[in-house]
Amino acid sequence: MTVDSTAGAPTTAPAHGSPADAGPPELVQLLTPEGERVDHPAYSLETTPEELRSIYRDLVLVRRFDSEATSLQRQGELGLWASLLGQEAAQVGSGRAMRPTDYAFPTYREHGVAWCKGVDPLNLLGMFRGVNHGGWDPNEKNFHLYTIVIGSQTLHATGYAMGITKDGADDAVIAYFGDGASSQGDVSEAFTFASVYQAPVVFFCQNNQWAISEPTEKQTRVPLYQRASGFGFPGVRVDGNDVLACLAVTRWALDHARTGQGPVLIEAFTYRMGAHTTSDDPTRYRIAEELESWKLKDPIERLKAYLVREGWADSAFLESVEAESEQLARRVREGVRTMPDPDPSSIFENVYAEGHALVDEEREGYLAYASSFVGAAAEITDGEDD
Amino acid sequence: MAVEPEFDKPVTMVKALNEALRRSLDENPKTLVMGEDVGRLGGVFRVTDGLHKDFGEERVIDTPLAESGIVGTAIGLALRGYRPVVEIQFDGFVYPAFDQIVTQLAKMHARALGHIKLPVTIRIPFAGGIGAVEHHSESHEAYFAHTAGLKVVAPSNPADAHWMLRQAIASDDPVVFLEPKRRYWDKAVLDPTGAPALGLHQARVARSGSDLTLVAYGPMVKVCLEAAEAAAEDGLKLEVVDLRSLSPIDFDTLEQSVKRTGRAVVVHEAPVFLGMGAELAARITERCFYSLEAPVLRVGGYFAPYPPSRVEDAFLPDLDRVLDAVDRAMAF
Ligand SMILES: Cc1ncc(C[n+]2csc(CCOP(=O)(O)OP(=O)(O)O)c2C)c(N)n1
Ligand SMILES: [Mg+2]
Repeated sequence: MTVDSTAGAPTTAPAHGSPADAGPPELVQLLTPEGERVDHPAYSLETTPEELRSIYRDLVLVRRFDSEATSLQRQGELGLWASLLGQEAAQVGSGRAMRPTDYAFPTYREHGVAWCKGVDPLNLLGMFRGVNHGGWDPNEKNFHLYTIVIGSQTLHATGYAMGITKDGADDAVIAYFGDGASSQGDVSEAFTFASVYQAPVVFFCQNNQWAISEPTEKQTRVPLYQRASGFGFPGVRVDGNDVLACLAVTRWALDHARTGQGPVLIEAFTYRMGAHTTSDDPTRYRIAEELESWKLKDPIERLKAYLVREGWADSAFLESVEAESEQLARRVREGVRTMPDPDPSSIFENVYAEGHALVDEEREGYLAYASSFVGAAAEITDGEDD
Repeated sequence: MAVEPEFDKPVTMVKALNEALRRSLDENPKTLVMGEDVGRLGGVFRVTDGLHKDFGEERVIDTPLAESGIVGTAIGLALRGYRPVVEIQFDGFVYPAFDQIVTQLAKMHARALGHIKLPVTIRIPFAGGIGAVEHHSESHEAYFAHTAGLKVVAPSNPADAHWMLRQAIASDDPVVFLEPKRRYWDKAVLDPTGAPALGLHQARVARSGSDLTLVAYGPMVKVCLEAAEAAAEDGLKLEVVDLRSLSPIDFDTLEQSVKRTGRAVVVHEAPVFLGMGAELAARITERCFYSLEAPVLRVGGYFAPYPPSRVEDAFLPDLDRVLDAVDRAMAF
């Protein structure tokens, strides 16, 4: 594992220089793991204490939501959960960089981005509970449905961005994907299209070091951000556990994209602190020390340390965020437990926009078949009553 | 390497498949296992458990996350004399490789006038019933069976899974090997030192009966056997034919059965519309027309995307739906 590259001091050279320059990968960082605020020549960020507190709140609430979902899976309320634990900063930093009119195309793990886009967290749980395959209107918050087929959404994001250009609008798009996804043909094709059409799309790769059981070395021999140069656009590696760096770099990249300068690849260097999903057992393939070393780089702890040291967060504030997170967890718990199962006949809904004779016929057949049971059950009950 | 002799008790389908891979790797140094997470993890269903440790990463290969790459490079390895057994992690993830399978793998032998062979086995955990999220429950056998140049098989039980996988790996043709994931944990007795009772493409009469033939494969064989058991209580004798192979299909065994019973119901999870049942019904009708007492009926999934897991039971054929079709066929 090349974990060494997260440890260093902030880099001084622009992070998106020629990868042929070799040397160790550069990493944009604005907040060290100890909570030290540092500057970066290429990516400056002005923040108010107010804004920093708001970012902190997002991080804590998103983590609490995530841990509640994990518990709900353990209790049998969800069939599966893909935890974002450890990736809060990458998601909240990039999520907050978007304007409301910017569009996000997530994988299945972008709960923190959904939060920043204003999607009700309960909506995210429908597909993990098994009551729907998505369950929200993507256009309401400009947050697309989760995509399970690895890499597919990067092409959708690119096409959406091509449409923005055709409209003459100045919106931008973020395509989220993982280190594993970087191997998919679709992702390379998305890079090609985005580059050729100078589409306003930011490719945001959360390199959490693992694709289920496979470490990043199984996917690439060069740092992922360097892939961009071969396609003709800039690539940046950012400390994915540093919410400020993620915010600053993504803001820069979105600005670059929306001003007609074409796509950017951001590699957020982070770590998947939990299992791949609740079905996974990471002890089969990774060592505990690796996890321990990443604990020291926790995204929330470093912002908290910074806020407290500067005197911008007192215990009353920290407690209020804590209380709010418990409230959120309660709402999520209750919301999931009372989430109704869909009516089986909903299988036939929305298969087509214009309807389809065979779907209609099968729906009729299904309803007739299902009602034959209701009738039969009633007969039996009647018989017993007699 | 030593083959573990723990087959005195019934084993799961997962174990039976694992043993088939192990023996195939052991018997032929050209055999390779490749796919996502098949190495140290042993695959998400643990079908390749322990193989990486015992045969090394040159033989049991964790590939990059790219299905087109997995199948495409398996073709190249086959051209170089290897016998790749690739794992597609779930049914819904084979589509990135669909192009390689259909346009290249299936046709290369013919294009080279028979001069090259493509002994590639593509293992796919398929079909539903495990409460999974979308793309993890698909029954896409008809797409593959529709493609000349591919062989397609789907075992229903641990012993068949074992022998059929060994036969598929030994085959010089590309084989799409569909594993009914909801039956992975079913147990049965298996003696891997014996010999297979049937050829890879032979069907089996899984239960004899004289009133009607239920035709199934993969996960639905068990449902049909249970339906036959339930029907027996009402005095109906249902025969169950486990097709095992979907391309080629053992129509002789089917014909013999339906000529005796006079009725047939085909059962699969895939949507009825243009599914395997359509071909089966047509062929049975052609071969057994004068013996048929009723049209061949089909029970299967609906013409809709595989639904969210909380309603999948309404989508999947079950005992009641099979018996409902049996009643309709008997009423003719
Ligand atoms: C096309 C496809 N192949 C395989 C899978 C199974 N699968 C689900 S997640 C995953 C690993 C993804 O790794 P990465 O892209 O790094 O994202 P992460 O899960 O780490 O966030 C795999 C192989 C899939 N969903 N889609
Ligand atoms: Mg990853």
